[in-house]
Amino acid sequence: MKLLPRLGVTAVFAVLAAVLVHAVLNLPEPAVRLGGAVDKALGQSGVSHPVTAVLLNFRGYDTLLETAVLLLALIGVLTASGQVPGSMRRLPSTPHAFLQSLARLVSPLMVLAAGYLLWAGSHRPGGAFQAAAVLAAGIILLYLAGLLPANAASTSSLRAGLLAGFLIFLALAAAPLRNGALLQYPVEMAGALILLIESGLTLSLALTLAGLFLCLPDEFEEEDD
Amino acid sequence: MIDIIPLLILTPLLWASLAFLFGPVWGARQAIAGITLQVVLAVMLAENVSGGALRTHAAGGWEAPLGITLSADGLGATMLLLTQVVALPLAFYAEAYFSRHRDGSDTFWPLAGYLLAGMNALFLSADVFNLYVTLELVGLAAVGLVASGGSAHSVAAALRYLFATLLGSGAYLLGVALLYAAYGTVSLAELTSLVSEAAPTATLLAALLMLTGMAIKTALFPFHFWLPPAHGGAPAPVSALLSALVIKASFYLAVRLWLTLFLPLVTPVSAQLFGVLGAAAICWGSVIALRQTRLKMLIAYSTVAQIGYLFLFFPLATDTAPDAVQSALQGVTLHAFSHGFAKAAMFAAAGAVILSTGHDRIGQLGGISAHMPLTVFTLAIAGVSLMGLPPSAGFLAKWLLIDSAIASGQWWWILVMIAGGLLTAAYVFKVLRHAFLRAEQSVTFRPLPRMAEWPAFLLALASLALGGRATEVLNLLGAP
Amino acid sequence: MTPGLLFALTGIALFACGAAGVILAPHLLRKIISFNVMGSGAFLVLVGLAQRDGGVDAVSQAMVLTGIVVSIAATALALALARRLLNQCGEMRFPAETPDD
Repeated sequence: MKLLPRLGVTAVFAVLAAVLVHAVLNLPEPAVRLGGAVDKALGQSGVSHPVTAVLLNFRGYDTLLETAVLLLALIGVLTASGQVPGSMRRLPSTPHAFLQSLARLVSPLMVLAAGYLLWAGSHRPGGAFQAAAVLAAGIILLYLAGLLPANAASTSSLRAGLLAGFLIFLALAAAPLRNGALLQYPVEMAGALILLIESGLTLSLALTLAGLFLCLPDEFEEEDD
Repeated sequence: MIDIIPLLILTPLLWASLAFLFGPVWGARQAIAGITLQVVLAVMLAENVSGGALRTHAAGGWEAPLGITLSADGLGATMLLLTQVVALPLAFYAEAYFSRHRDGSDTFWPLAGYLLAGMNALFLSADVFNLYVTLELVGLAAVGLVASGGSAHSVAAALRYLFATLLGSGAYLLGVALLYAAYGTVSLAELTSLVSEAAPTATLLAALLMLTGMAIKTALFPFHFWLPPAHGGAPAPVSALLSALVIKASFYLAVRLWLTLFLPLVTPVSAQLFGVLGAAAICWGSVIALRQTRLKMLIAYSTVAQIGYLFLFFPLATDTAPDAVQSALQGVTLHAFSHGFAKAAMFAAAGAVILSTGHDRIGQLGGISAHMPLTVFTLAIAGVSLMGLPPSAGFLAKWLLIDSAIASGQWWWILVMIAGGLLTAAYVFKVLRHAFLRAEQSVTFRPLPRMAEWPAFLLALASLALGGRATEVLNLLGAP
Repeated sequence: MTPGLLFALTGIALFACGAAGVILAPHLLRKIISFNVMGSGAFLVLVGLAQRDGGVDAVSQAMVLTGIVVSIAATALALALARRLLNQCGEMRFPAETPDD
């Protein structure tokens, strides 16, 4: 890009930043305070941690859509790399023996940590996304250590695993429609339903997140356009 | 019936997931079944809200501001109807197209399904943060669809589109952050009641950021650079979806924000600015379209130009007489409809040309009038609607916009629209002229399956017939 | 100057730098990183301003969690496309604009 447009763009953003700073320093008190509403409704939400309550109950519809976004990204990555799920990239070099031993030691611990994070989400920071991230990291660690078999699962069962969590969420979203609203959990079952959704999500999201890394296009494949 | 609203979102989510699970063959059938159901639901919803009614649905059973509200009014129901009704013929067309042209068929159905789910969710959402999530759903799905073309051209176009759309939604998100900081809620209804003329600077900035973000996503001049390669380089069914439908989603959001949230803040100056950019888009896009040598690129630049008409809404509806506002909203909505049908038809027809002859070079289109008369007829009828000739819906849309310009005393937009109509005629006739030439010796024409031509023809007919049935659409729109 | 406000001001700076980077940086990976910086800036503003009076706000934290997930999705897609472009064109930049043939 030539110099003058570069300066122009930089100037625009500098001005924007300055105006934003001025606006932010002169904010009035907000008219609505949601903290009180969250605390009042927390008892009916089925969990005792406010963030989890908002994420999985009060604004659970956002979480439903965001799960779809993540799945969608995986499909996009698969499109970009022209692969079917189940076949992964080649490892660039043979892993060091120390890495393999470490991976063998650490991966069961990671599964344990993921399980704890999932369960802890109901009363402290944690939940499905955090557990899925740890689990995905474990899968990638196993891959990097060369311990993951080349075709770890058949294509259809892998796709089923990817979708299971989302489909469970979708089913539980649709089920209350008969005599209530979308995603309206009956109060006495709310905690159990949230746990069910989060368990399904943990598995699917772990596979999705791992897939986002493992299914990237291979390097330097000779491609003719 | 309140249940329609969530079903419109859950249905495409379901069949998109099943399409991913079961593969492309079953995917097409599930998609067609799903979209048919969505058309029925959209019609039912339209009947429910006609005459100015509003239907709301509190997701999770929690009322705003704690929960997310979904709501459908005349404008939303109209956009939903447009989306499902255009998607159905395109689904049939895509099935036929991909049976011949393998590239991109593996993941088309799941991506298209999530795209439709995102669009429905966008039209139904009444929560500014939820709107951000739906914007990303639509954007990422569209990028994936563009990339499915496979060539370096497609991938580069998809990346450009991705960066543009991320800039747009990033700006929008910052706007949401400012609004939440200033008012403590993200519910559209509550925010509308809280925003007044004495709003803090943060609200003004939020308006600027959110509207600029939507302008980028709708490829308004001068942010249009990403659209022609993305729409022109994608497989034909994808181009049709993008030009006819996706581009209208971010425009709808801009209109919604302008009419509800930021109504106390809008000034005639900012409205005129939008109008000027729209006029520039009309003229610039049409001129560049004339210079194109490939059919799909011509149609893509035509989209850039037609988007300009949509943005004439803002100067015509801001601080003007009520009947000017009503005409402007009706005109723009009808334009979205007619352009949706016509552009989908044109891209589908271009795809049919590619399927038959293997290329889309305009200079070598000779002979298609003899071998593919239905496709040429489609291009002609769609062109009539784009040009704004009676009795098409395109004519009625431009008529309403001119009406609004007269009622608000802004006659200069009439000149712009006339110029745009002439330029549109120029590039439409350019295509038709070449189509009626005799075929060159070297070109072979493969026979086409019926479904590669008929959906396009029906879409073009719809854009023409809509001119006669427009009163129903306008009644649905009701009062803004 | 509460911590929340400080986070918000940092977020503004990050947003501006990130957005400028997406537009100006020629290398694709830098564009992707810039977009991440921009997103993080927006999240900081959201969560910082919501808690500028020192309290704890669960709704903005939940919104940022959602936003982070969406950001990951977009980044992964961008990386995959950039990798594919690298394979096809040999470098991590947009190919020079070719005139339509």
